[in-house]
Amino acid sequence: MREVLEGSQAVARTVARCRPGVVCAYPISPQTHIVEALSVMARTGELGACEYVNVESEFSAMSVAIGASAAGSRAYTATASQGLLYMAEAVFNAAGMGLPIVMTVANRAIGAPINIWNDHSDAMALRDSGWLQLYAADNQEAADLHVIAFAVAEELGIPAMVCMDGFVLTHATDVLELPDADAVDAFLPPYLPTQVLDVEYPITIGTMAGPESFTETKYLQHLRFLDAAEVIDGWSRRFLEAFGREAGGLVARYDRDTCERSRDASAARAGDVTVVAMGSVLGTLQAALPALHDAGVPVRLVGVSSFRPFPAAALRAALGASRDIVVIDRALELGSGGVLTGDVGRALAGTRSRIHSVVAGLGGRPILEASLQDVVRRALDGTLGALDFLDLKTGGIPVPTAGATEVHR
Amino acid sequence: MTTVHIPFLQTGSLAVGGRLLSADERSVQSHSDRPSSLTKGHRACQGCAEALAARWVMDTAVDAAGGRLVVANATGCLEVFSTLYPESAWKPPWIHSLFANAAAVATGIASSLRAQGRDDVRVLAQGGDGGTVDIGLAAVSGMFERNDDVLYVCYDNQGYMNTGVQRSSATPASARTATTPAVGSTPGQAFGQGKSMVRIAMAHEVPYVASATPADLRDLEAKVRTAMSIHGARYLHVLVPCPVGWGSEPSQSIALARSAVQSGIFPVLEARAGELTDVQRIRERCDVTEYLRPQARFAHLFRPGGEDALDRWRALAEANIRRYDLLGGA
Repeated sequence: MREVLEGSQAVARTVARCRPGVVCAYPISPQTHIVEALSVMARTGELGACEYVNVESEFSAMSVAIGASAAGSRAYTATASQGLLYMAEAVFNAAGMGLPIVMTVANRAIGAPINIWNDHSDAMALRDSGWLQLYAADNQEAADLHVIAFAVAEELGIPAMVCMDGFVLTHATDVLELPDADAVDAFLPPYLPTQVLDVEYPITIGTMAGPESFTETKYLQHLRFLDAAEVIDGWSRRFLEAFGREAGGLVARYDRDTCERSRDASAARAGDVTVVAMGSVLGTLQAALPALHDAGVPVRLVGVSSFRPFPAAALRAALGASRDIVVIDRALELGSGGVLTGDVGRALAGTRSRIHSVVAGLGGRPILEASLQDVVRRALDGTLGALDFLDLKTGGIPVPTAGATEVHR
Repeated sequence: MTTVHIPFLQTGSLAVGGRLLSADERSVQSHSDRPSSLTKGHRACQGCAEALAARWVMDTAVDAAGGRLVVANATGCLEVFSTLYPESAWKPPWIHSLFANAAAVATGIASSLRAQGRDDVRVLAQGGDGGTVDIGLAAVSGMFERNDDVLYVCYDNQGYMNTGVQRSSATPASARTATTPAVGSTPGQAFGQGKSMVRIAMAHEVPYVASATPADLRDLEAKVRTAMSIHGARYLHVLVPCPVGWGSEPSQSIALARSAVQSGIFPVLEARAGELTDVQRIRERCDVTEYLRPQARFAHLFRPGGEDALDRWRALAEANIRRYDLLGGA
C-alpha cells in the first residue's frame, strides 16, 4: 500500500515491523520524529514485547542498547550530529563486542559553529568505529534499509548505522510503500545472538585484551568486515526478490540515458565524467544530469550505498574506464578534501583516473542542480581542480594570506 | 555412656560469619558451598577489601537470586584484576562495557529480560567510586530516576587506585593522592570537596539505599539480601580500604573499615524511598586518628601543622554523628 509519509514516520514504522526487543533514545542532540513515533507505538502496544527506555543521554542510549543486545534482544536507537559524538565511546564498544545493534543516524553537521542542518560530518567522524554504514538515497530506501540492516548486522555480528540525511529525508514527506509486516516477518530471521548473558550458560563478555592478543582481536574484526560486502549484497538481492524494490547493496548504478537506478546499468566509459555521491544528493543529481546528457555531455552517476565496508571492487567495476571522477562530498577532511573522496581515491589507486573532490552542502547549504551541472561541465573542459567547494561565497570574505596570523587580546 | 559438654566459646557469636550458629542463621560466606562468584586466580592486591566485598556481595546476591544473576561491571580495579583475557574470575554471566556506563548497560539487560518475559533473572551493576561518583554519575542517576530494576553496588576505595592513586570526587578531605599532593598551604584533597553518593541516591527516592563495610560481614550480607528482596533501583555503597591507595598495611583493611565506622567518619545506614530507616550505632567510639594514622595518605596530618586538619576531621565526624544520631539517644 502506498502512503504519504514523513521519512521519520516511515522509518519508525519499519523499525517496529522488525520487532525490536529494546528501543532506547535520548530525545535531543538532535533527534528526529523517529523515536517519538516509536514511543507512541510502545505505549499503544503496537511495538509488542518491546521495552522503550527514555535515557538521559546518547551515551546511555548506546549503553542501554549494548546491555540489551548482550542479553539477547534486538536493540535499536537513533541519533545524529553532536549526539552521535556524545555516544562515540559506546559506539566503538558495541562494535568491538560484536553486538548487532541497528541505529539510524539522521546525518547532520558537527559544531562549532553550532548548526543543526544536514551534512555527513557526524557519521564520517565515526567511520572507523567498526559499524557498517549504509546510506539511503531517498525515504523509500531509508525505510527499506532498516530491514536489511537488522538482517546483515545479525548475520555478521557487526552493528549497523542506517544513515539518512537530516531534514532533507527525515523531515520530508514522500509517497512510500512500507515493507509489509508479514513480509518482514518472513524475511528477517529471529535474533539468535552468538554470545548472550545467560544464567544457564554463564560467560564473561568484555575482558581486557593485552598486547599479546589485541592485534589478533582487531584482525578477526577486520576479517568479519571483509565478509560484510558479500553479506550486504546478498541481503539486498533477497530484499529485491521479497519486496520487488532495489535497496541497499554496495554501489548504486544508474542508467546512462534515464539516470534511473538500475542494477543492470553498464559501467562508465573512458570519455565519461562520472559523478560519485552518497545520500539524498543522488536524487538531486538524478534530476540535474539528464539535461546535461540531452545536451551531449557524457556524464554518468554512481552512488555509494555502503560506505562501511567501502566497496572498492564494486565501485571500480561501476566506474569502468571513466577518466574524470567527480566526488560530491558532504563532509570535509580539513586540509585535505572530501572524506568520501579519500576512499574513492584509495579504491582507484594505480588507475589513470582524475579525481575531483567537490565539497558540497555543508551545514545544510542547498545543493543546486545548476551548480552540479556546472561542476560536471568544468570537469569535462579541464577547469575543475582536485578540490572545489560548491557555491563558495568568496566575494565578501576577507581571506587571510597563508600563514598570516593576527592575535586578538 | 557419659557425655561431656564442651563449651564452644564462640557459640552464639557472630564472629567468622556465625559458623557455629544453626545453619539457617549462618552467613552465606560461612557455608562451604558458598557460590564463590568471584573465584580464585584473580589479580587483586594483597589486602584488597574490594575483592573481598565484591565476593561477599555477589555471593549473597547470587544466593538470593537462586543462582540467576547477571552482572554489569564498570571499568576499574575490579574489572581489570578479574578479567584479563583469556581468563575470567567471574562465575555469573558478566559483562564489562565502559567506565561510565555500567548502570546503563544494566538497564539494557533488565529491559531485555523484561521484554523477554524473564522475571526470574536479576541484574546487578557494580563499579568503583570513579565509575559511580565521578564519570558514571549521569548514568547512575538516570537509572535511579527511571527506577530500573537494578541493584547498583559502588565499592568506594576513595580514588583512582588502579591507575596510580589519583583523586576522585569520593577522595576524602586532606588525603594525599597523585593529583592532590601533600604539599603547599592546603596539602592533599581540599576540605569541602567531594560528594555523598548515599545522599545523592536518597535524593532520587529510590526504593532502597544502604551503606556497609567489609568489617561487618553479616550487615553487608543482610543489606544485599534486603536489596535483592526489592524490585526497582537500589543502591549499596560499600567502603573498601585499599592498601595501595591508602598507604596502609594489607592486614589492616578490615580494621580500617571498622574504625571508619566507629569514629563516625563512615555512617552505616539504610534508607527507603528517600527516608532514613536504620542507622548502625557506634558500638565502641574511637577517635578519628585511629582511622587516619595507619594511612600514609594522611601522614602529613601527623606532622607539625597538621593539627588544624585533624580538628576539621573531628568536626566532620561530629557532624555525621549529629546528622545520623550515630551514638543514639538523640
